[in-house]
Amino acid sequence: MSSHVSSIREPLVFGNKTYHNITEDLVAPTEKTPGKLWIAMFILAVGVLAMGVYAVTYTIYYGIGAWNLNRTIGWGWDITNFVWWIGIGHAGTLISAILLLFRQRWRTGVNRAAEAMTIFAVICAAMFPLIHVGRAWDVFFFFPYPNTRGPLWPNFVSPLLWDVFAISTYFTISVLFWYTGLVPDFATIRDRAKGFRKKLYSALSFGWKGSAKNWQRFESVSLVLAGLATPLVLSVHTIVSFDFATSVIPGWHTTIFPPYFVAGAVFSGFAMVLTLMLITRKILHLEEYITVNHIESMNKVILVTGSIVGVAYITELAIAWYSGYVYEQFAFLNRAKGIYWWSYFGMMFNNVVIPQLFWSKKIRTSVAWTFFLSILINVGMWFERFVIISTSIARDYLPSAWSYYIPTGIEIMIYLGTFGLFFTLFLGFTRVAPVVAIAEVKSILKDYGDQYLDKTQENI
Amino acid sequence: MKTKKNILFGLYDDEQDLLKAVKESNKRGLKIMDVYSPFPIHGLDPLLGLKESRLHIAGFIFGTIGALTGFLFMSWIFKIDWPNVFGGKPFWPIPAFIPVTFELTVLFSGVGMVITYFIINGLSMKSETEVLHDRISDDKFCLAYDVTGDASANAGALESFLKETGASLVETKEMSDL
Repeated sequence: MSSHVSSIREPLVFGNKTYHNITEDLVAPTEKTPGKLWIAMFILAVGVLAMGVYAVTYTIYYGIGAWNLNRTIGWGWDITNFVWWIGIGHAGTLISAILLLFRQRWRTGVNRAAEAMTIFAVICAAMFPLIHVGRAWDVFFFFPYPNTRGPLWPNFVSPLLWDVFAISTYFTISVLFWYTGLVPDFATIRDRAKGFRKKLYSALSFGWKGSAKNWQRFESVSLVLAGLATPLVLSVHTIVSFDFATSVIPGWHTTIFPPYFVAGAVFSGFAMVLTLMLITRKILHLEEYITVNHIESMNKVILVTGSIVGVAYITELAIAWYSGYVYEQFAFLNRAKGIYWWSYFGMMFNNVVIPQLFWSKKIRTSVAWTFFLSILINVGMWFERFVIISTSIARDYLPSAWSYYIPTGIEIMIYLGTFGLFFTLFLGFTRVAPVVAIAEVKSILKDYGDQYLDKTQENI
Repeated sequence: MKTKKNILFGLYDDEQDLLKAVKESNKRGLKIMDVYSPFPIHGLDPLLGLKESRLHIAGFIFGTIGALTGFLFMSWIFKIDWPNVFGGKPFWPIPAFIPVTFELTVLFSGVGMVITYFIINGLSMKSETEVLHDRISDDKFCLAYDVTGDASANAGALESFLKETGASLVETKEMSDL
C-alpha cells in the first residue's frame, strides 16, 4: 500500500487499527457508563446552566434595566457575546465544508465534533439578540409572516434583519449537514445495540442500509451541501460585520470589516475547536484518532487566520491615520490609549502576538502549549469584539454623553450560563453520538492508517 | 404487506476482495442485487452500472425557487404592498436584497435537497430496521443476490461463487424490506 504514497504523508489513525477496532473504539462512549470525569463535568455544566437560566429569567422579568447598558452604550456584553459565539460557530462548517472541497483528509477526525460545536455555539449566540430585544416573547416579529398589524413587514434593507436570515439559514444547514453525516454512524450503533437502544437508534438512523446507491447519494449530497455551506459560512460573518460596517459610527463604518470578521471568526472558531477537542480526546481516550497531526494542521490554520487578523488591525490603524479624518483617528487612538486600553491590549497581545508562536513546530505539536494558547486566543477574540463594539460607542459625538460601561452580575451570569448550555449540550452529544465520524475514518484508513504508511507512532 | 424476497449474500472482510468479486461476477454475467458496505467504496459505482446521482439537479431547482421566492417577495412588499421610505433610498433597492435572496437560495436548496435525499433513499423513522447482517455497518462488505422464486435455481452456483471469491460468510435470508 505504501509504495505509491508520499513519504511526507503523516498518519491520521494510529494504533494499527482494523475497521472493527474503529467501530469498537468510537462507539464505546455511547455504550459504556460514563466515567467519573464526565459525570463531574456534566454536573458542573448543568449547574452553570442553571445559573444562566436564572439570570435570563431575571432579565426577562425585570427588563433590560437589569444590565448596565445606558443611552451612550447600547451594545455591551450582550452583542459582544453574540458575535463571539457566532464566530466560534464558524469553524465547524469550515472544517466540514471547505476542507471537504479542498480534499483535506484530516477533517475526518474532527469534523463531527466541530459541527456539533458549531450548532451549539449558534444556539448560544442566538440567545443574545433574543433577550436583548427586551420583549423576548415578541421575538417572532423578526420573521415576515402575514400578521394582523397591516400586515406590517420587517425592514428587509436592514443588516439586523439580514442577520436573522443568515443565522437561521446557517443553523438549519449546519444541522442538516451534521445529521446527514450522522445517519450511517447511528446505523452502526443500531446494529450493535439491543432492546430499547436498538429501537432508538433505528429511528435515529432512519433505517439506513448502506447500499451502493445509498452511499453514492450520500457523497453527492455531502458534496453539494459543502458547496452551499462554503459561501454560506462566509456570508454569515460578513452580514454580522454589516451590522457595524453599514452604520455611521467611527470605528465601525469600515469597508475592511467583512474579510476581517470572517478571518477572525475562523481564527476563534479553530481555537475553540482545539480547546474542546483536547478535552474530548482526553476524556474519551481518542488520542489515536485525534492525533498530533490533526492538532498541528489546525494550528497552521490558526497561524494563517491569526496573521490575517493582525494585518487587518494594522490596516485599520493605517487607514485611520491616512484618512486625515480626526474623528476616525480619535476613535482608534482612544481604543489604544483611552479608558478601555486594557481590552485593546488583551486583543492585540492575544490575537496578534500569541498565534505567531505557532511558527515553532515544537509549540505547534505540543498538546499542552496548544491548549494554553487556544484559550488565550479565545479570550483575545472576546476582547476584539468588546473593543470594536463598546469602546467605539463609549466616546461618541458629544463629550457630555461620554460614558463608561461595566457589566452587572446578571450580565456576567448570562455569559457564564451560555458556557453551561454549551457544555451541557456537548457532553450530552458525546454520550449519544460518535464524536468522530466512524464511516469517514474507515474510508481513509487504508491511506492514512499508521500500519499502511509504515510509520508506527512515537508521538501521540 | 410487501412481498418477501430471498436474499443470498456473502460477506467479505476487505473492500478490495469485494471489488474483485464484483468484477468476477460481472464477467460471469451474474445479476447482482446490491452491495452493502460500512463506507463508500470508490470505483464500485461503474461496476454496478450506477449512473451519477442527479441530486445536485434537485439542489439547483430548489435553490432557484428559493432565490425567486426571496427576491419577488421582498419586491412585492417594497413596491406594492407597503412602499416605505428608508433613509431616502429608492423603493426598489435591489442591491440591499442580495443578502436575504442569497440566504433563501441556500436555505431552500439545502433543505429541499436533504428532504429529496431522504425520500429517494427510502429513509424514514421506524423503530425496527431489517438488515442482512449486523456487521455490514461495522466492518463487513456484503454482496447480495436475489434468489426469490425462479431465481432460486441459481442459488447453488451463486453460493459456490461467493465462497470461491473469498466470502467469509455466505447465507440466505428472507427479507421483506429491501
